[in-house]
Parts: sequence; C-alpha cells; structure tokens
Amino acid sequence: MRTSNRERESNVALDIKLKVDASGLSCPLPIVRTAQAMKNVASGDLVEVIATDPGSVKDFEAWSKSTGNALVESGSVDGKFRFVLRHK
Amino acid sequence: MTVVATAPTHTPAPAPAPAEMTDGAVKPKKVVIVAYSGELEKTWATMILASTAAAMEMEMTVFVTFWGLQTFVKDKKRITGKNWMQKMMSFMQRPGVSHRKLSKMNFMGMGPWMMFQLAKKYNVSKPKDLLEMSQALGVTFVPCQMTMDMFGLTQDDLIEGMGEPVGAATALQLMTDADSTLFI
Repeated sequence: MRTSNRERESNVALDIKLKVDASGLSCPLPIVRTAQAMKNVASGDLVEVIATDPGSVKDFEAWSKSTGNALVESGSVDGKFRFVLRHK
Repeated sequence: MTVVATAPTHTPAPAPAPAEMTDGAVKPKKVVIVAYSGELEKTWATMILASTAAAMEMEMTVFVTFWGLQTFVKDKKRITGKNWMQKMMSFMQRPGVSHRKLSKMNFMGMGPWMMFQLAKKYNVSKPKDLLEMSQALGVTFVPCQMTMDMFGLTQDDLIEGMGEPVGAATALQLMTDADSTLFI
C-alpha cells in the first residue's frame, strides 16, 4: 500500500507515460521490451522500467548512450532496479 | 561597408547549424552478422545480438549462409530440396530455428532439451522468440543465393519476411560499409 502510494507520488512528480515491467526477464529482454515500448510514446515522454537483471544497470546506460534516449533516473525500488528514460 | 561585412558572417552561420543538428541526431551505427553456423548456441548468440542491436537503434543486417540458412527454414518443413541428395541432407539435419542441435553435448537432443529447461527457468528467450522480436524491430535477414541453390531451397521454404537473396559481393559490400561485422 505504501509502495503504491509512493509510486503514485513519483508518477505525479515525473509524469510517467508508460511503465514496462521486465521483472524476472533475462538479457536482452529488458532492453528489447523497452525499445518496443518507446515506440508507443511521443518525444519527451517518460518511460519507467522495472527490472531484476543485475546486468541491466550497465545495459541501460549503454542503451541510453547509443540511442540518445536520456536515462533520467537509475536506482532501485523494493529490491528491483528502476530506470526512468526520456524519449528523445 | 557594414552591409558587406554582415553578409559573409550571416551566410556561414546557418550552414553549419543544420549540419550539427543532423550530427546531433546521430547517424545509426551499422552492424553486420554473417550467420554461418547452424548450431543452437551460435544461433542463440546471433539472435540475442540481432535483437539487441535493433533495440539500440542500430542498422542490423544478418547475412545468412551455409548451415546458418537451415535456421531460417520454416519450422514445419521437414524435407527440403529438389534432388535426393538435398532431401537426404535435410533429413539428416532437420531445418528450422526450433530444431537446432548443440555443437557439444547434444546427446540425441538431451543437451538442447536441458538448455531449454534452463532457459525457461531463468526467463531467457528462445532463439525463435528472439528471431520474431528482431524481425519486428526491423532487423534484415538476407539469405545467400548460392546456399539456397546448393540446398535446393526456395523462398517459400524460408520464414516470412526474409530479404531478397544476394551473393558474396553484396555481403562484402555490407561488411565493409558496416561499423562492425561478426562471423558466427
């Protein structure tokens, strides 16, 4: 309950347009799913990704650098990795 | 005097600006994979890299040749080829992305079965799923015309969405034009 409240608050603060739950998925799916999701949002929109693959921390940095979609936030929430990306 | 002075400073200014803008948009990197092998583990590597490259907005082309082409025959095709030798080859080596064998520890299919069990347990996508994702993300899979002729394969034997068959010259042109090339 507390988590969902916190999530809602951060959503309001960051105005996340789309959420991608890549929990449990292995490489390269968190990246592939995110790339697919990015096609459904407009330029400047924020996409939140939740992943459990430890490799995704470095991978999202590389993906952001390669594609030019900014990595706004990279951290962890409830033992999972959380990334916020801005569509270029 | 001042009119003449402003004219030259005015003209070069807008010229580099759009050039930098297009540079800022980043020219997509080009990657080519020569998918030569037909083994499960190598097919897997190709599919992981192809789907990821497309997700990274790279221009990804996979040139499919020799045993690699067996991977791109429709799963449901059992016997391919026109003459008995080609048919025999497909019988001895079942084509299709879902019927790949391991180069080591195949053990009559025990190895691949265990690989798929482990993949399922650790949420790793199968080559078939990664192939579909790659195609959806715009990866171009180009078959080798010579291999198609040698194995008696037609465009109808291959999965949907394959590129036009090409030869070694096109493959080399793709490779030299790319930022990175892998031979798998």
